Amino acid sequence: MKSQIAFLTIAAGFLTASITLAQRNISSDAGAAPAANNTRTHESVLTKAPEKYRAKPNPLATDPTAAAAGKILFEQHCVECHGQAAEGSHWGPSLRREEVQNAQPGAIFWLVTNGVVRHGMPVWSKLPEPQRWQIISYIKSLGLPAVMPDGKAELSPAPNPQPATAVSPRR
Amino acid sequence: MFRRFTLIVLSLSFLALFAPHRSVAQENPYIVAYDHYMEEPRSLEVEYFSTFGTQRGANDFHAFWTEFEYGATAWWTTEFYLSGQSTFHDSTVFTGFRWENRFRPLKAEHFINPVFYVEYEDINGADKILKEIEGHDVESDFAESNPDLKQEHNHELELKLLLSSTYKGWNFVENTLAAKNLANEPWEFGYALGASRPLALKGSSTYCNFCRQNFIVGAELYGGLGDRYSFGLHETSHYFAPVAAWNMPNGWTLRLSPGFGLNDNSHRLLLRWGISREFSGFGNAIARLLGVGR
Repeated sequence: MKSQIAFLTIAAGFLTASITLAQRNISSDAGAAPAANNTRTHESVLTKAPEKYRAKPNPLATDPTAAAAGKILFEQHCVECHGQAAEGSHWGPSLRREEVQNAQPGAIFWLVTNGVVRHGMPVWSKLPEPQRWQIISYIKSLGLPAVMPDGKAELSPAPNPQPATAVSPRR
Repeated sequence: MFRRFTLIVLSLSFLALFAPHRSVAQENPYIVAYDHYMEEPRSLEVEYFSTFGTQRGANDFHAFWTEFEYGATAWWTTEFYLSGQSTFHDSTVFTGFRWENRFRPLKAEHFINPVFYVEYEDINGADKILKEIEGHDVESDFAESNPDLKQEHNHELELKLLLSSTYKGWNFVENTLAAKNLANEPWEFGYALGASRPLALKGSSTYCNFCRQNFIVGAELYGGLGDRYSFGLHETSHYFAPVAAWNMPNGWTLRLSPGFGLNDNSHRLLLRWGISREFSGFGNAIARLLGVGR
C-alpha cells in the first residue's frame, strides 16, 4: 500500500511538473507580448503555404450552410485558443486580422491541416476535409473588425452566419 | 472493492471539478490501437474503460482502468493509468499503474505520420485489461486465482512505433510494439492495426447529438508476435474487434467494442466499453492559478 501511495504521489508530481513546464515553454516562447508573438508566428507560417495549397479554392464557398456549420465546429474546437469571437487570446492569434482575412482559403486550409506544432497549434487533419473547409468559410465570414475614429479596431461579437434551428444548444 | 470505489470516485471528482471547461472531442474509436493525433495542448481527457472477458477453465472477469491524458504540448502527450479487475467468484484487486508518453517527431502532416510511444508499467500478474497483447500472452495465463496472480510483479518498459494515415475521411493505423520486462526477461513483440471513418464528413449546420458526423466506426486487429527467442505467431493470441465512438456535443465520448478471439489461445469474447470527457481549459486554469496567461 505504501508503494502505491508513493507511486501515486510521484505521478501527481509529474503531472504538475509537466503542466508547469508546458506553461513555462509557452510563456518563454511568447515573451512579454505573447499574443502578438503568436500572431507573428502563425501569420509568417501562412506565407509559407505551398503553392498547390494556395491555389485550392474552397469547395464549399457557394454552400449557404457552410459558415453556419463552421461556426459550430469553431465553437467546439477553436475558441479555447482563438477566443469566442476569434479575437485571439494568450494561446492563439486573432483570426480577424488583415493577414488572415486576406489570406487565400487554401493557405488557411494548409495551416489548419498541418498546425504549427512547435508553437502550440495541433494538426487538425483529424477533422475531415469538408469540416476544415466549413471552419474556413466561417473564419472568412467574420471579416475585418470595424475601425473606430481613434484608429483602434473594434471587435464586434462573432456573427451568426445562419441562425441554426437548434436542436440542443451546447452552451 | 475499496480500490475500485476509489478509482471511480477519483474519476468522477475530476469530471465534476472541471465540468465547466469542456470541448467536443473528435476521438477515434480505437481502444487498443493508436492514431497519430496528440491530445490538444493544455487539454485533459479523463477516460474510464471496462473490459468484460470470458475465460475458459476459470472464472470470467471484468477489468477496468482510468486514464488521465494531458496534452503537454502539441507534440507531446502524457498519460497516467490506474487499473484493476474483478474476477467473478474470486475478488476485486488493484493491479497497478502505467505512465505513457507519446512524441510526435514531425512538424507537418504526411501520408504516413509516425509517433514514438514510451510507457513504463508497474503492474502485478492479475492485470487483465489487455490494453495490448504482447509476446506469448494467452488465455490460460489468466486462469489462476487473483491471490496467486498478485504474487507476480512486473516492471515493464514498452516501446511502440505508431504509424497513422488519414485519407478522404478514413484513418488507418499500424502499431508495432516491443516490451521488455525489466526483470531480465526477453523482449516481446506485438501489433495492432485499425481503420475507422466518421459516418458523415460534413459538419451539420445545427447543434445535434445524433448527427452522423458524431459517430465514428471502424475495426481493429491486434495480437502478439512472440519474443526475441521465438518470434512469430506460434503460441500467441489475436483479436478482431469492431469499434464505434459517439462524440457528443456536450463533451462526452462513448466507445463500444466487442472483440473476438481468433484462435484457441485467445479469450472468446472481450466486450469493451468506455466513457471519456475532454476538458480543454484544464491547463489554462492551472496556468491562471500559477499566474501565467492572464
